[in-house]
Amino acid sequence: MASSPSPFNSNTSTLSFSSSISSSSLFPCRRTFILPIPRRRSTSFTVQSKIREIFMPALSSTMTEGKIVSWIKSEGDTLSKGESVVVVESDKADMDVETFYDGILAAIVVPDGETAPVGAPIALLAETEEEVAEAKAKAANSSQSQSSAPPPQPANPAPAISQPSPPPPPPPSSAAVSDGPKKIVATPQAKKLAKQHKVDLASLAGTGSFGRITPADVEAAAGIAPSKSSPAPAAPAPAPASSAPPKAAAAGAVAPPPIPGSSVVAFTTMQSAVSKNMMESLSVPTFRVGYPVITDALDAFYEKVKPKGVTMTAILAKAAAVALVQHPVVNASCKDGKNFAYNSNINIAVAAALNGGLITPVLQDADKLDLYLLSQKWKELLNKARAKQLQPNEYNSGTFTLSNLGMFGVDRFDAILPPGQGAIMAVGASKPTVEADASGFFKVKNKMLVNVTADHRIIYGADLAAFLQTFSKIIENPDSLTL
Amino acid sequence: MQSTLSLSFSPSSSAAAVSRSPTTRFSLNTPTPLNLRFCGLRPQALAFTASGNRRSSQLPSRPRSQAVSAALSANGSPPKSFDYDLLIIGAGVGGHGAALHAVEKGLKTAIVEGDVVGGTCVNRGCVPSKALLAVAGRMRELQNDHHLKSLGLQVSAAGYDRQGVADHAINLASKIRNNLTNSMKALGVDILTGVGTILGPQKVQIGSSDKIVTAKDIIIATGSVPFVPKGIEVDGKTVITSDHALKLEFVPDWIAIVGSGYIGLEFSDVYTALGSEVTFVEALDQLMPGFDPEIGKLAQRVLINPRNIDYHTGVFASKITPARDGKPVTIELIDAKTKEPKDTLEVDAALIATGRAPFTQGLGLENIDVVTQRGFVPVDERMRVIDAKGKLVPNLYCIGDANGKMMLAHAASAQGISVVEQVTGRDHVLNHLSVPAACFTHPEISMVGLTEPQAREKGEKEGFEVSVAKTSFKANTKALAENEGEGLAKLIYRPDNGEILGVHIFGLHAADLIHEASNAIALGTRIQDIKLAVHAHPTLSEVLDELFKSAKVKAQASIPVSEPVPV
Repeated sequence: MASSPSPFNSNTSTLSFSSSISSSSLFPCRRTFILPIPRRRSTSFTVQSKIREIFMPALSSTMTEGKIVSWIKSEGDTLSKGESVVVVESDKADMDVETFYDGILAAIVVPDGETAPVGAPIALLAETEEEVAEAKAKAANSSQSQSSAPPPQPANPAPAISQPSPPPPPPPSSAAVSDGPKKIVATPQAKKLAKQHKVDLASLAGTGSFGRITPADVEAAAGIAPSKSSPAPAAPAPAPASSAPPKAAAAGAVAPPPIPGSSVVAFTTMQSAVSKNMMESLSVPTFRVGYPVITDALDAFYEKVKPKGVTMTAILAKAAAVALVQHPVVNASCKDGKNFAYNSNINIAVAAALNGGLITPVLQDADKLDLYLLSQKWKELLNKARAKQLQPNEYNSGTFTLSNLGMFGVDRFDAILPPGQGAIMAVGASKPTVEADASGFFKVKNKMLVNVTADHRIIYGADLAAFLQTFSKIIENPDSLTL
Repeated sequence: MQSTLSLSFSPSSSAAAVSRSPTTRFSLNTPTPLNLRFCGLRPQALAFTASGNRRSSQLPSRPRSQAVSAALSANGSPPKSFDYDLLIIGAGVGGHGAALHAVEKGLKTAIVEGDVVGGTCVNRGCVPSKALLAVAGRMRELQNDHHLKSLGLQVSAAGYDRQGVADHAINLASKIRNNLTNSMKALGVDILTGVGTILGPQKVQIGSSDKIVTAKDIIIATGSVPFVPKGIEVDGKTVITSDHALKLEFVPDWIAIVGSGYIGLEFSDVYTALGSEVTFVEALDQLMPGFDPEIGKLAQRVLINPRNIDYHTGVFASKITPARDGKPVTIELIDAKTKEPKDTLEVDAALIATGRAPFTQGLGLENIDVVTQRGFVPVDERMRVIDAKGKLVPNLYCIGDANGKMMLAHAASAQGISVVEQVTGRDHVLNHLSVPAACFTHPEISMVGLTEPQAREKGEKEGFEVSVAKTSFKANTKALAENEGEGLAKLIYRPDNGEILGVHIFGLHAADLIHEASNAIALGTRIQDIKLAVHAHPTLSEVLDELFKSAKVKAQASIPVSEPVPV
């Protein structure tokens, strides 16, 4: 043990990979973030002056407000796309924030050391010198309204339009202190929850001792299930919110009362990962295209190669990979909603059920390996998966996923697109089907239905159709797979 | 009042803060047939009081009696004979450390205690608070589903029994107190019960009786008590100090903690783990004053922000009224600078953790013309007491919280050892920059030497360059195995000669990790030398190994090549 070379003599800065558990770094290291500068609504009609507001970005999923550590640029500076403008401190880290618009930093609305809610304007960016004055006037207005009554709701522009996530929060409980004429007594956790769920404390009647507002009051107002009972000693569990309470408040999902006799079993790590991935998939606009594939030739081919250790999984993976070579867009992915990310390798992930779990071992470079090697590789991967010895790159490097439930007799099904990939193919069972040919003769042929789910941001219907056509041709002439 | 907070590097100090718990040392020293000792003078410790001839009662149990006389004559003590070579007033950790070292050096030693042996640290400070923090740490682990799950563990709802937790703290304190008492008895230190009052040079009255003892040298080690600013009414139930809080008589739903130094921070860790919500009231503009700013910022992100804690900074608690007549505890806050009323808090309890005040009343300092400064006994760098005229008082020393140099239990002990070195003929000056400090939150914070701003200021003044190196616990195998990768270690050093100016650690077991750095500072070890030392793999100590290795020092290693040793 002692002789094993220590793998961590490198610098801290390069080590972020090692934190597999908490994705968010807790260190005051700086990362770079691009400023969200929403398109102004007016620009789509008439091109007037182009004054853009720079908003407080959401640097982490739990961030509700950010503190301006320092402005790197000062008023009047000319900014060019990609330059760092300001350092923002979130709940997790300090980050350099850069702009992706050229312009002049006309006015700083929120100065160094001050805090602004996510989505509130922190500065104005003018496109030309002439607009600087106008922007300054605007800034003066908004800062006035901010100082009198802090609501950061910007007066004129409607930022919410183009802003996907953070709507400007309600009247703030500015610091940790609840102030104002009416005395509101809320516990620290109640205040935190109120901020998080955008509940106005002034509108609540406290039910706690001495009429104070408790976390439960806020949760009730936000329409979420209470995350905990108030932690009485000796009582079950004081569960301080080390983890944020469920955020699914938007759905208004009030958890139904448990059915008597039901039991709750916590997710295993693998199940948690599946759950997380599935939730993430909801942010991708997907669509599906189905295709019937005649498999008589495939079945004959399989009989021939089966004794040599070739598996159906390997054949399907190989066929998909060969088809992908001709349709690289289906092998691409869309990471940021702005770009096609074309993958140089064709790595076919194959969904495999494991005892109580689901994993997708990856057949790397499936287009290049021959069928026999692929089959062998697949067996190795399965053994490793069962022994829980898969290396990360053996289950997360897939560029396209194959899911086959045909062996259960499923004739067709629909798969969910895994995050980070462009498409997934769901393969049903091959069944004898009556087919009529062009001349009106009926024949019985083995037919299997494949259904591909794809990310419509990069893959369009015609792409998928063409890909499936190619795939179908390969399956109908499987001998080419041995070449 | 709260100005005391900002005063020194370790202001709110010892109660909860002190790191070195004396457990191990004492239990190791505990001899087996304790009850057979005749030396004890404490009625409650033994069924009978040793009378008159103390010396003869000690002789059988004292193997070193000859050494004593030898030392006496060797010291060339004045013709006038003293009852003791060394008398220590106050049997806290400081006095205890001094007594043990004095015995080792062959001095005939007595220790005077007017309250209970062990002082603040053992009875009302570091020791019981470690018991509560141990519980808090486990509760946190058991409640952190995410963390447990990532280790593959499943635990259903964790709960606690308040009295059980409180008993653990009380039992620990009494166990350590017994160990401490026994260790002194075993070595033949006389424990004199009663308040010690200095009557004149080398003369101390014990209690209100007319018992007067003389000693060649006297050490004042009377410690400190919780400091309560004026306007705050402590009732011991809903408005409490650390003394009461450690008994854990109740766990309030919502507690305000006045002061965010070590004591406040540790209690916030305990209370939030037990389900309380906490509001900090801090007079300075930021929480955790006194910590290196970078460490403080990180600590706030981990120890404050994600927990059920909010805070008011830059405010004084000008008036605190306990809960009574069906009303909650009320805390009036005023702006620390303008003194204007800011807000009123209504909470279930308030813990006053604004630091500690020296306990020097009744010590008879006026008899030797010593005037305290804000209660502290003025001393020079060798802990020699300075009188009103600025002259050294011969044969009188003061250590620990009572002199206010560094209010930490182990600092007191180190000062006591330094004094004993001096009175036995070897000059010694304690380097306070080598004394580590720790805060036992989860995860822990520890530090030694200067903070980065202090070091930069010093560098500017003295004209040397200051560099900083940092490593993360995220890179440490052992920390990741525990799934506790949150943490940072920071080294402040001189790149020209490799001198270590300060080390600050925030992370798993930081309090145990600091000693490699504090020892290096104490021994003058330079980075270029210590970076060649070997650390076992995989251990948390590699965080420091990596820290030293990442420093860029211009000087070359100075340790001579050692002789090859066959393995």
